Amino acid sequence: MAPVATPFFFYLLSAIMLIGGIAVITRKNPVHSALALIVTLLAQASIYLMLYAPFVAGVQIILYAGGIMVLFLFVIMLVSIERSMKERQFNSQWVVGMIAATALGGLFIAVYTKGTSIFPDHALSVVEDNNTQEVAKMLYGQYMFAFEIASLLLLVAIIGAVVMAKKRI
Amino acid sequence: MLAAHNSGLVADMETMLHITTLHYLVLGAALFLLGVIGVLTRRNVVIVLMSIELILNAVNLNLVAFSRLWGGVHGQVFAIFVITDAAAEAAVGLGILIAFFRNKETVNIDEVNLLKW
Repeated sequence: MAPVATPFFFYLLSAIMLIGGIAVITRKNPVHSALALIVTLLAQASIYLMLYAPFVAGVQIILYAGGIMVLFLFVIMLVSIERSMKERQFNSQWVVGMIAATALGGLFIAVYTKGTSIFPDHALSVVEDNNTQEVAKMLYGQYMFAFEIASLLLLVAIIGAVVMAKKRI
Repeated sequence: MLAAHNSGLVADMETMLHITTLHYLVLGAALFLLGVIGVLTRRNVVIVLMSIELILNAVNLNLVAFSRLWGGVHGQVFAIFVITDAAAEAAVGLGILIAFFRNKETVNIDEVNLLKW
């Protein structure tokens, strides 16, 4: 299927993502930040669909927006937030933080304006039908060792989270 | 000179209307910058953890954009591993936050200063 109105969708989705990102870092209420982050993640899943990656888009929606953000909302519910919403929101070294972020932004601008010549002009024509099969062949074939290490990492994270949240070890 | 100015304007519109890999990379860089600002300037630990998730998502966007550029699905597999890693790290980080909150009844990182000399 030929792509239609690509620039309109790209600019619309990137505007949604950037506004959601700004809302994450500036809201006083952490629940508002979490909801803005969910909007950002869903817009990012749509951009994955534009990049011909439907499996990663599905994983992003199910795992990230549907798992990790629900975990964040549960923890925000457990931690008492009313007292922290009345205090100062930005910490005492925010000036140095903004200077460091400006330096990083300048570095990004310098890299992306000088390095545009290394990208070819056109993207390769990608068949979008077998994306899940291709990802599965790569994941269970070439990256099998990393797959097993990731499952070990998840086991360690489960044990760590249970030990951290117990009342008495 | 008028023709040269006109072609510059048309060339700029062409660059903005034809979405290349560079557009996705700049979007990823902007998200990364927002996440870095959130980590460095906020006091609430939960919002710092959410800014770290923003940073990880910016990296994922770069990976998938390059996977589209060079063909193959290596970048997408790497992005799936990054999402798995982010889930594990969010779980352990929030467990640490709960344990810390149980001791000190606050979520400000400015008050985590027991080791300050």
